[in-house]
Order: sequence, then C-alpha cells, then structure tokens
Amino acid sequence: MEDMSQYPTELSGPDVPMVRFMSVTKSYGALTVLDSLDLDVSEGEMVTVIGPSGSGKTTVLRMLMTLETINGGVIYVDGKPLTHMEKNGVLVRADAKYLRRARSSIGMCFQHFNLFPHMTAIQNCMEGPVQVLGLPKAEARERSEELLSMVGMIDKKDQHPSRLSGGQQQRVAIARALAMRPKVMLFDEVTSALDPEVIGEVTGVIRKLVAEHNLTMLMVTHQMGFARDISDRVCFFYQGKIEEQGAPESLFGNPQRERTQQFLSAVKAAD
Amino acid sequence: MFDWRWDFAFEILPRLLQATLNTLAAAGVGYGIAVVLGLVFALAQRTPSRIVTMVVRECVEFIRSTPLVLQIFFVFFVGPQFGIRLSPWVAGMIAIGLHYSAYLSEVYRGGLDSVPKGQWEACTALNLSTTKTYFRVIIPQALPPSLAGMGNYLVGIFKDTPMLSVIGVAELMQAANAIGGSTYRYLEPYTMVGIIFLAISLPAAGMIKLFEAWVRKKLGMN
Repeated sequence: MEDMSQYPTELSGPDVPMVRFMSVTKSYGALTVLDSLDLDVSEGEMVTVIGPSGSGKTTVLRMLMTLETINGGVIYVDGKPLTHMEKNGVLVRADAKYLRRARSSIGMCFQHFNLFPHMTAIQNCMEGPVQVLGLPKAEARERSEELLSMVGMIDKKDQHPSRLSGGQQQRVAIARALAMRPKVMLFDEVTSALDPEVIGEVTGVIRKLVAEHNLTMLMVTHQMGFARDISDRVCFFYQGKIEEQGAPESLFGNPQRERTQQFLSAVKAAD
Repeated sequence: MFDWRWDFAFEILPRLLQATLNTLAAAGVGYGIAVVLGLVFALAQRTPSRIVTMVVRECVEFIRSTPLVLQIFFVFFVGPQFGIRLSPWVAGMIAIGLHYSAYLSEVYRGGLDSVPKGQWEACTALNLSTTKTYFRVIIPQALPPSLAGMGNYLVGIFKDTPMLSVIGVAELMQAANAIGGSTYRYLEPYTMVGIIFLAISLPAAGMIKLFEAWVRKKLGMN
C-alpha cells in the first residue's frame, strides 16, 4: 500500500497548476503503462503529448477523464484531488459520487467522436447541459447553437450523426464537449480516424479555440506539424515516461534525447 | 374419414373468437410483464454487486432450463401450499410472464452488449448519471438490435398460451377442448384453432419487421 500522507489534500500557493499528475502509475497486470508520471499543466496552457504507440500517451488523457483508474499517485485538477478525496486529513480513493463532481471541469473529444447516434447534432450538444447541468432547454439550445456556429456546423444542427462526415461529426463532438463549459479540454487523437482532406476542418476549430479561449488543453496527436504550430509545450512519451519535453521549437527543432530524435525522424520519413 | 361440417364450424366460431380475445389478452399481459421484468433482470446482471449479478443469472438460467408447463403447474398448484392462492388467470400470467422475462433478459443483454464502449465513455465525459446513461443513451441504442428477438418472443408467448389451458384458463385451446369434449367432434375446433393462430402469427411477424424499421428510422439509425 502506498503511503498517502505524502500527498497534500489540496494544492495551495501562488501558482497552482490547472492539472497536476503526481507520481501517477498505471498498470494492467504486470504491464506498466505509466511509471510514476509527474506532469503539470498551467491554466490556459496547450500541452501536446506525442510518442510511439503503446507509450501511454492516450492513457494520460483517459486517466484525467476518469475513464481509467490509477494504481498509484494522485491527479489534481484546479488544486483539488480528482482521483482521491479527503477523509480524516488523508487522501482515500474517490467514490463514484465524488468522481462525478470532480470530473465536471473536464471535457473530452475522442478519436471515434462517440456522438450519440439517436440524437441530432443539436440534441447531442444539449444533452449534457440539460440532463447534467439542469439548464432550461431554451438556454441550452442557445448555448449549443452558438457553439455549433463556432465550429461551423449550425446549418447541419438537425442532422443525425449518420448523415455527417467524420470531420463534421468531430466538430459536433467538440461543440458537445464545450457546451459543458469545461476548464480543461482533452483531445484524444481527434484527427486519427479522419480522411486526410477533412483533417483541416477539425484542426482549424482547435486552432480557433487556442487563439480565442483561455482553455487548458491536453492533446494527443500524430499531426506533428499541427502540434508544432499550436502547442505551448510538447511532451514526448516513451515507455510510460516523459522522455523529453519543451517548447515545440526546441523539441522539434533540436531534440536532445536519442529516443526523441529517432521517433521524429521515423515520423518524418513516413510523411 | 374426412367429414368436415361447415354448419358445425360456423356454430362454434363465435365461441372460438371469444376465446381468441382471451388468448390475445393473456399473451398481451404476459408479454407486458416479460418486457418490464426482462429489463429488470438484464440491468440487474450489470450492477457492480457480484452477488446480485450471480443470483439473477442463476434464476434466469433456472427458468430457461425448465419447462413452461411445469412452471405453470408450480405457481398454480404448489403456491397454495405456501399460502399463495391465485386464480388460474393470475397464476398463468405470473408463470408465463416470468418464463418469457428470462428469455427477454437475454435478448436485452445482447442488445446492451452491442452498444459500443465509446458511448459509455462519452456519457462519462459528459458526466451523465448512471440512470441517465442507461435510459437516455444506452437503452435507446440497445433497442433496435433487440427488436427482432423481442418480436420472436411476442409470437412465441402467443403460441405458448395454450399451455395455460392445463390450469383452466379459458383461452383458445381450452375452448376447443371443451367443444371437443361435449360434442365428440375434434376436427373442426382444432383445425380452426390452428388457422386462428396462423392468421394472427403471420401478420404479426410482418408487422414486427415494419415496426423495427420504423424505430430505426425514428432514432436516426440506418
């Protein structure tokens, strides 16, 4: 058993990060996917996670969305523990009720969009605000229409996902996640399932988000050019650890570690 | 020898049609019980509690592995020994409803399992409660793939209602037996029972297909 008293029940101080991974370990049986990960993401920062498949990069996002439990360490969001809750001055594993409250500040977009197929675009966007936040329908509709306009999907708002292209579905999925007003947005390989010619419409929306909103974002991507353009920081994951991280110019322009160099030249060769 | 008597057939027709209404009512009520109880069984098998899951799972297996007619006898004749005295109708509805709920729970289980994992994850990401996840997202998507199986069992329960005649429920089979017993003519009543069943089962199967297509369209899934 891990000694939980080493973890603060709350982060305080002048520069509390929006997200903090503190010695986070994730394993499936004997396979360790993430090994004692420490990672801070500041408010408004755009951090991109890159790395070979199996390096644990998607797991980072999934743990933050509470889709995966963690085996060790603590994740904090906005200074408060996400994966744990305080009980008699120490952290214990969060129960379902606590998790529901804690993850409300996080939104996520998936590789395969995961829109609800039986609802139209606007119904997808209104579902969370109405059913979870308890917004009146008119207000939720207004908010959703605003967001669908922002992602350029307002003219398709009454279409079901089956009638939309992958790029269009992903843009609706981004609007749906934003409708919950998250503080942290997670993008998990959101362009990987798309045809090359529609990738631009999704990356365009994310660029707009970065430029116009002060959202904290974590993104896993294989689009190196895109990552280089819009990230504040890039983390290269290798075998469950951050092998190297830094500003995009330095990580892409002048990688220090051999693994990073190998990975980047392999990706370049494939392009 | 083949001696079909039309006059006799017309004479007993009103009585058989009356009994048909009872048969339809029995099938309808039994199915209603099975549809709801089946969903309860299916959802109970998905709770985090291992004990609940196991107990329900075993009950479903038990019901599916024993004959319906035994279950009908059991509820009707053994019940009173435990102080549970039920009319033939009530006992019959409980037995047949319970029997088919076990089958329907398996249909639902297949439907629920067919909903992709990503849908559950999207619900978590939107922070929907478990109840809302099921009733607003998962069950609506589990429904279309379940409809074919649900339809089969609707026809199935209808065809199994004659078993209720063993405890004296006045449905079609019971009426035909009674006519045969009092007139010693069996050809007409049993033939007519068969035709009535056929006349209802065949269109019903077609209508279920249409209904399935309609639901898919309504849910925007095709």
